[in-house]
Amino acid sequence: MSLVNVTGLTVEFGSLRAVDGLSFRLEQGAALALVGESGSGKSTVASALLGLHRGTGARVGGSIEVAGVDVQEAPDEALRRLRGGKAAMVFQDPLSSLDPYYAIGDQIAEVYRVHTRVSRRAARARAVEVLDRVGIPDALRRSRSRPHEFSGGMRQRALIAMALACEPDLLIADEPTTALDVTVQAQILDLLHTLRQETGMGLLLVTHDVGVAAESVDEVLVMRHGRAVEHGPVAAVLGSPSQPYTRDLLGAVPRVDAPRAAAQVREEPPEVVLEARGLRREFGRGKRAFTAVDDVSLTIHRGETLGVVGESGSGKTTLGRMLVGLLEPTAGQVRYDGHARVGVRPAVQMVFQDPVSSLNPRRSVGESVADPLRARGESDEGRIRERVRELLERVGLEAAHYDRYPHEFSGGQRQRVGIARALAADPRVIVCDEPVSALDVTTQAQVVALLGELQRELGLALVFVAHDLAVVRQVSDRVAVMRRGRIVEEGPADEVYDNPRDPYTRQLLAAVPALDPRIAAQRRSARRELATL
Amino acid sequence: MSGFGGFALRRLVGAVVTLFAISVIVYVVFYVTPGNVAQITCGPRCSPAQVQQVAEQLHLGDPLYVRYWHFLEGLVAGQDYSTGTSVQHCSAPCLGLSYQSDQQVTELILAKLPVSLSLVFGSMVLWLILGVGTGVLSAWRRGRLTERLLTGITLAGVATPVFVIGLVLMIVVCGQLQLLPFPQYVDFTDDPEQWAWNLLLPWLSLALIEAAAFARLTRAAMLETLAEDHIRTFRAYGVGERSVIGRHALRGAFAPVIALNANNFGSAVGGAVLTETLFGLPGIGQELVHAVNVVDLPVVVGMVLVIGFFVVVANVVADVLYAVADRRVVLA
Repeated sequence: MSLVNVTGLTVEFGSLRAVDGLSFRLEQGAALALVGESGSGKSTVASALLGLHRGTGARVGGSIEVAGVDVQEAPDEALRRLRGGKAAMVFQDPLSSLDPYYAIGDQIAEVYRVHTRVSRRAARARAVEVLDRVGIPDALRRSRSRPHEFSGGMRQRALIAMALACEPDLLIADEPTTALDVTVQAQILDLLHTLRQETGMGLLLVTHDVGVAAESVDEVLVMRHGRAVEHGPVAAVLGSPSQPYTRDLLGAVPRVDAPRAAAQVREEPPEVVLEARGLRREFGRGKRAFTAVDDVSLTIHRGETLGVVGESGSGKTTLGRMLVGLLEPTAGQVRYDGHARVGVRPAVQMVFQDPVSSLNPRRSVGESVADPLRARGESDEGRIRERVRELLERVGLEAAHYDRYPHEFSGGQRQRVGIARALAADPRVIVCDEPVSALDVTTQAQVVALLGELQRELGLALVFVAHDLAVVRQVSDRVAVMRRGRIVEEGPADEVYDNPRDPYTRQLLAAVPALDPRIAAQRRSARRELATL
Repeated sequence: MSGFGGFALRRLVGAVVTLFAISVIVYVVFYVTPGNVAQITCGPRCSPAQVQQVAEQLHLGDPLYVRYWHFLEGLVAGQDYSTGTSVQHCSAPCLGLSYQSDQQVTELILAKLPVSLSLVFGSMVLWLILGVGTGVLSAWRRGRLTERLLTGITLAGVATPVFVIGLVLMIVVCGQLQLLPFPQYVDFTDDPEQWAWNLLLPWLSLALIEAAAFARLTRAAMLETLAEDHIRTFRAYGVGERSVIGRHALRGAFAPVIALNANNFGSAVGGAVLTETLFGLPGIGQELVHAVNVVDLPVVVGMVLVIGFFVVVANVVADVLYAVADRRVVLA
């Protein structure tokens, strides 16, 4: 009997059909990844396996059988025993997935006691045991901590511990590493791998990241618009995809091991546009003082892209904001065109990470793009409109979009609006802070291509700040790797990626998921060696 | 827990500063009122000479800051007042003498305070039980008949004036059913049992009004929490709806309920005038209205300060409870 048997699954929310006739099986102890872009219905499938749509108004059709339970027909009580007892789920955002008011150990114990008739004390002991099992150091003491006292990686470990508590047959992991840094992601994926080997539980992994799937599963099911596009062993699907969509998807995934396609060859010595000298930035005072950026010096030349890569908390966003002049450095200076500069200036613009929150939802996108023009003193409405229309078309939108509002656009389109706004001031340098990290890979590829095009056409210098090593390699001429506020390594992109000198850079690169399952296995053992060093 | 101790201390210092600011503002606002204070104090039939005498007694010739300084001195060290023939000593927390009765304001307030506090404390217990209970029920039964009924009742509660509820209660319970005697204030120290029986109706009528706000707040906060990700986690782990509601969702309603309660408690100490009047309770609210009517400034200032004191104290207590309930507060 299969662990999971889904036939003809459909899920409808009102008139929207999120999952459309999906069928698949998962055998005991096997691992399957549902891969797809946002809106493909993959997370909906995960929730449907536990019957989480019951009572929410969603219409679920077809048959779902998990660990011998008919999820569609089972009475509430049987479904409750299935959830967490036989099939446990790990969610995407580990901070919001735990109750902020209770100690982590108590939350795990509570779940354990739902499924087993044991005393509070025994349940608490079990919680400590599983926390220890997933590698939380000093588990007894840390089990009394609240979620906010844990780091992102530790929270995800705690959630996995909760899943393990009742020794389920199936683990459903919904984007378990999406909110995590790449090195932490590697640790969590390795942990899942080890746990699977030891407990023999089945794994259903839901992810948008093909690399994560390649690292973790035997079989892949590619989804689009609620339907299965391609289904098969991981090496076959990722190695020689048979469907055009899978090929496009894989083609859009930036590779960390491939050199940049359009590397420019320079003849004349490039002119320095922006320069940072000994930049330092502290936040807080007294005992809480914290240095976000420490003694960073950089030069950015005309027409080149400097990639700044680092994990969360490395100070890369703070650095970007200082370069634009949104933050004043505590020490050091930013020089533009050879002169020390204070405050923002039109020639240095910024594109922000989150295209949703960086546009005012109550103003039309045309008005947002017009802001920099007005700020420069342009007052002729006709000319402003004309210029904004031109800019919108330049970034691949339509001039008629002027009067639309941000919510009418997709994520990628909103980021194009953000780019148009940055271009409005005729900048020479654009600092892009995680410009594509909120986007799907295919959209991501389009936005990256647009930035490259604009750069060539307008001779822009770009500072590309991102946590994604592969994207940074794809776009950058030079790369700076940041860690704890300092630059640990800087140089031409290919040199840094192919022959990293700093151990931290090596560690980062080893943590990037590989698209080839064989290489993934090699990297996994390489990581173990690095970890023991 | 040193972080917590420091947090509580900072809040306490903040409260003292706030109280001082309140005292300055209240003093200035009331004593810079238009109109001749001496004339008011003396009464309409006083001759100009008598008014002049009173003005001297009250040090009205001194600049405002000097008078405020005397006022502070009185608060901290006590003060002597000469009332023509005799000298009256007004001891430590001295808020001055009533223009009307020459009685010490502090004594006056101390006589009324137990009544008001009895009313508000008992009522608070009731409104918390009724309000939070109703809120939990309607969050749990959202979308069903129970919730719609409860929402209707709480809405009616907010909309009905206290004197209507109080009167109806009195007529039905005391008049027609004769379950209770008509309320008459009995001091707690005299007879605790009679104290409670007599206050039952006032408690209930004040609580019914206040409970409505708590019910709506609790319901809203719980529904908000129920939409959060961690609730989904516990449902996905087979935790029953009773635990999800009673343990996890209710916890999210703690903070807003504590905050609202602090405000309502503080303002009810001096603000339950209608309830006090209706049930003939000689509390602060009634006395304050009387003092305002006859422009008895020392009494008004003293009472406003005492009410301010309770609002501030209630908020400090709320802040500390907040921090106990959610330790992230201490970090912020």
